[in-house]
Amino acid sequence: MNSDDSLYDEQVVRPYVMTRGRTEARAKLDLITLAVTVRPATGVEIGLDPEHLAIARLCRRPLSVAEIAAHLDLPAGTVRVLLGDLLHGGFIALQEPQPEVDVLDERMYRAVLDGLRAL
Amino acid sequence: MVSGPSDGKKLPTPIKLLIAGGFGVGKTTMVGSVSEIKPLRTEETLTDRSIGVDDLSGVESKTTTTVAMDFGRISIGDDFVLYLFGTPGQERFWFVWDELARGALGAVVLADTRRLADCFPSVDYFERRGTPFIVAVNCFDDAPQYALDEVKLALNLGPDIPVLLCDARRRDSGKEVLIALVQHAYGRRPLAKV
Repeated sequence: MNSDDSLYDEQVVRPYVMTRGRTEARAKLDLITLAVTVRPATGVEIGLDPEHLAIARLCRRPLSVAEIAAHLDLPAGTVRVLLGDLLHGGFIALQEPQPEVDVLDERMYRAVLDGLRAL
Repeated sequence: MVSGPSDGKKLPTPIKLLIAGGFGVGKTTMVGSVSEIKPLRTEETLTDRSIGVDDLSGVESKTTTTVAMDFGRISIGDDFVLYLFGTPGQERFWFVWDELARGALGAVVLADTRRLADCFPSVDYFERRGTPFIVAVNCFDDAPQYALDEVKLALNLGPDIPVLLCDARRRDSGKEVLIALVQHAYGRRPLAKV
């Protein structure tokens, strides 16, 4: 419990983090939903854990849920919960992927094809 | 739930592409060859959606089963960012496929001519789900070489599903595969919305 590692593990599975109804609702974030920090967290904010702060630091540039999870070595589900808290606190902004029905935008296909050809 | 950054800077729109296929067929290799970042690994925790897959009755606290996926990223200017996910090889993780496939622009099914049957579940899945997909035959050095028509026949694919050869280790080859996929997906989008 005294080492950073055990503290870290403890918090990953802390049940209340995973079960609060408010955050459950926000847990629908896609793996590719992007998060970017819009208000820096200084570490003195009430209710923010080290993981929240780590995410806020990471997301100075836009990163997906999957990337945040990989960089912090946390399950994607845990990152969704933590992002919900940060969103609620006004620390981050999210960009969700286009809904499936909207993945029809001709401009998007053109841009992606041009971008891939230019690689 | 979506909120733009307060400084007015627009975030790119994320787009998901899937790389599917059997175990050891080169999914992560392909992700790595075209990605602008070193492939990362993320884990999804098995949730109550696993009912019917794993019987958790009596061990309700056992919610830590995870499945790992490798993924990479390709930025397309300032407006879009592609995320390429290698789907978990094991069929029992279909629930992650559902999560992954939701909103995906399309999928590449990687095939190995030495174990062609390994890609049947992927082909089946995307056909049933209606996700646009193409088949890319990863040309392993010691694998028998078949004509694309033979592979197409063996996979019982419709005439409209593109099949191409690739070398998952080579960036330009992976790039060609992704271009073919996006072109195919573009052709498959509902005409009513054009």
